[in-house]
Amino acid sequence: MPILIKAERLVKDFPVRGAFLEKKRKFVHAVDDVDIAIEEGEVLGLAGESGSGKSTTGRLLIRLVEPSSGRIEYRGRDITEYPKRELEDLRAKVQMIFQDPVSSLSPRMSVGEAIGHPLAIHGMRDKAQRKGAVIEMMEKVGLSPAEYLYRKYPHQLSGGQSQRVVIARALVTRPDFIVADEPIAMADVSVRALILQLMRQLKDEMGLTYLFITHDLATAKYLCDRVAIMYLGRIVELATRDELFSRPHHPYTKALLAAVPIPDPRARKPKDLPTGEIPSAIDPPSGCHFHPRCPYAMPACSLSRPPLRDVGARHLSACILD
Amino acid sequence: MMAYGSGDPILVIQKLSIAYPISIGTVRAVENVSLSVRKGEVLGIVGESGCGKSTLGLSMLKLMKPPGRITSGSILYKGLDILSMSDRALLDLRGRNLAMIFQNPLTSLDPLVTVQDHFIEAIRVHEPEVRRKDCVARAEAILADLGIEARRLSEYPYQLSGGMRQRIMIGLALILHPDILLADEPTTALDVIVEAGFTELLMKLKRQYDLTVLLISHNLGLVAEMADRIAVMYGGRIVELASVEDIFSRPLHPYTRGLMACVPNILLDQKELLAMPGSPPDLVDAPEGCPFAPRCPEAMDICRAKTPTLAAYGASSTACWLYERNA
Amino acid sequence: MDKAQRDIGPEAARFSPAAGLAKLLGRFSAAARRYRIEWWILVAGILVIGFIAFMTVFPGIFTGYSPLDQNAGPQLAKPSAGHVMGIDNLGRDIGARVVYGARTILGVAMAAALLSALIGIPLGLISGFAGNWLDKVLSLVMDSVYSFPGLILAIAFAAMLGPGVINITLAVSVVYIPTYFRLVRGQTLSIKEELYVEAARAIGARRSVILAKYIFPNVIATVVVVFSLNIADAIMTEAALSYIGLGLPAGIPDWGMDLSMGKKFLPSGVWWMITYPGMMIMMLALGFTMLGEGLSEILNPRLQEY
Repeated sequence: MPILIKAERLVKDFPVRGAFLEKKRKFVHAVDDVDIAIEEGEVLGLAGESGSGKSTTGRLLIRLVEPSSGRIEYRGRDITEYPKRELEDLRAKVQMIFQDPVSSLSPRMSVGEAIGHPLAIHGMRDKAQRKGAVIEMMEKVGLSPAEYLYRKYPHQLSGGQSQRVVIARALVTRPDFIVADEPIAMADVSVRALILQLMRQLKDEMGLTYLFITHDLATAKYLCDRVAIMYLGRIVELATRDELFSRPHHPYTKALLAAVPIPDPRARKPKDLPTGEIPSAIDPPSGCHFHPRCPYAMPACSLSRPPLRDVGARHLSACILD
Repeated sequence: MMAYGSGDPILVIQKLSIAYPISIGTVRAVENVSLSVRKGEVLGIVGESGCGKSTLGLSMLKLMKPPGRITSGSILYKGLDILSMSDRALLDLRGRNLAMIFQNPLTSLDPLVTVQDHFIEAIRVHEPEVRRKDCVARAEAILADLGIEARRLSEYPYQLSGGMRQRIMIGLALILHPDILLADEPTTALDVIVEAGFTELLMKLKRQYDLTVLLISHNLGLVAEMADRIAVMYGGRIVELASVEDIFSRPLHPYTRGLMACVPNILLDQKELLAMPGSPPDLVDAPEGCPFAPRCPEAMDICRAKTPTLAAYGASSTACWLYERNA
Repeated sequence: MDKAQRDIGPEAARFSPAAGLAKLLGRFSAAARRYRIEWWILVAGILVIGFIAFMTVFPGIFTGYSPLDQNAGPQLAKPSAGHVMGIDNLGRDIGARVVYGARTILGVAMAAALLSALIGIPLGLISGFAGNWLDKVLSLVMDSVYSFPGLILAIAFAAMLGPGVINITLAVSVVYIPTYFRLVRGQTLSIKEELYVEAARAIGARRSVILAKYIFPNVIATVVVVFSLNIADAIMTEAALSYIGLGLPAGIPDWGMDLSMGKKFLPSGVWWMITYPGMMIMMLALGFTMLGEGLSEILNPRLQEY
């Protein structure tokens, strides 16, 4: 399948407000030289813990946050320098679903207004036409009775319904690409399965491509075709779903997989966990960021950043181990 | 007080009901819950938002916020009725016999107080005559058990990572060697690797300090790793109570079955997650009948008419007409 | 923004007046049950204001005299059946002056408040949203104005601009612009960080649209409350200005001016010239305060239910 969206050497540094008399400005290196290429029709999972840079990467891909440096391409066109006008047009094609559905909806806008607004922005001026499109979308995502819910406000909806509104809003302009930033993290357990089911169904029906950002590897395994693991601003491993979960290469990936809680008491076993905690993104360790915690660390690991290299079939890992 | 050995019912909840009156009616947060917690066990209380598990947990120490009130039932700790205790006696009980840790370590610790002073206060509330030196010594001892360096005592919460703060929370809870530890969603705010370390630590401390743990969580993976028995709550009631193995491999209640089927398991190759349609019930003036009936694929007429009660079927208990009918 | 605030907010802030009013009334019965005291305060405020507003629209019902007629009766006559509030030193019926004076003070106060809001709110929105040097400069200017005691500022402007209804209105409004600015800017700064604003950017909304459709509607609830309290304050300021003689020409009936005149005659035992205008000023200001406080409780309840 062709590459839908691509990023090369993506970097994002956020300035940190230092103390008054600090000599050098400090930066949070949120995204540290990341390459990413998403094929049309796939679900690419971007997994990691806090500080990994996954949310920022997702936002960079659709230029919701401006990169400090790097290049972004959409369908082969360089969109890094797109002026405001073209970028606004692009927004009809690349959309985002957020983590907290209640916070991502304005409390003063009704469901109908919220979902219809993207249509209004992108040229559908006729109110009746908009309403028709909104109702259609609402039914597609399972918000029914649509006419009734059309007038409701976010605080009157359940968590599952709110997230469906957010999804409807993202899909109403028939985009190609959706960045889903932890869309089920705040939902109840039973609702999560519903939303995942819905996302899968919509993907098939509407021919979508997803970047699925998550901290939950079990969910990533269920939904994604390929998974990239991020640690402290860098992609440390990238592989197809089956490869990653059956033959993880990078020690961090292995640690993550070992740590995931299993909903099965028979699977209890002692876990081999790395020491320490995630270091600061302002002053990350030298060379391979993971080396202070890595049980296999060698002197070379602290010297230079290991590049992503082939370690199997469509399987890249940023670790010099064999 | 008689000595309580392993397996004895150290905390007995009988027909407990908790309600919140609000302008449009009464929220029946917990309805007729009976539970017997055995000494030395880890009892997991599992459910989704609004099922009443947190309210139940808070009620153990009478920590519910007003206008929440316990409308009926009793909570017996080692035979003592907690609900009829004076405030003074209750204050003594909290921390010394029953301790609680919460979800968000950031807001549970006072940002203006050093770690050391947190411990000193925790000790002095119950044992005011203990000298400062001794308090610090005890704090250092428990920090060692927690795997935290002693130098952290002089630091402030903002200087510690989330995982460390959560461990301090456990330390504060255990400093007086209580019998029972209540943990309300203790790992929800933690990263996966930190969570795993925390779980291991909690299990180690449980053995070391001979604790009984009530683990309240919506995370099925967490309870699968830690719990001996699990109580599943829905709509303010316990719908199933069984050993952890039985809950996961032989769930009785349709809700439990539904939950098990919709949770992703990283060890399995799951093609489909079977989702339960609908959403949790509105607890305001809830009608008669099983709270799960509107969503239950096997609901019968009697389910909508009469509320089933928790009954034992072998080693497991469940509140479901499917079984009561056939019993 | 807490859940309870969101509970009532959107209903009250709908722009369609009829729908808004209907929803508001629906909310009020729920509020009456919930808030008791605060609801009664609100109702009391509405009644007072309503009564006085009615008086401004239909003065004929309340008095047959003209406020300017200096032959209404014998000068300095005590209150009697024919002249319920007595006669002033120029032979004018005080009751008439009270009734017609309501128009003046209410008109000036409301116009001033409206003007302040129309200037302060957009500036606050833009300043909070844009940030940078614009925000710094505007904040500096507004803070400077704000740090002046309101009355002094009003006096200074009134003296500068000279007499006249419009000038008085302008003078009073300047005092309150920073109030709206600060309130709206503060709210904008925090709302700007909300996820739904980021979501609005993600769907391609332009900054002006984000301000108008996403930020402003979420700010309006607190502004409504401040508006009412602002009018109360403006009433007092206007009265104070005309009390010291700045502002309105003699031909326009004004409570502040009557107060000032009444003061002179008080030592000789003429209490009715000062009392009635004074009472009215107090009542009107109180009415708006109660409206504001009552609304505040309903829109931003302090008492959480659970």
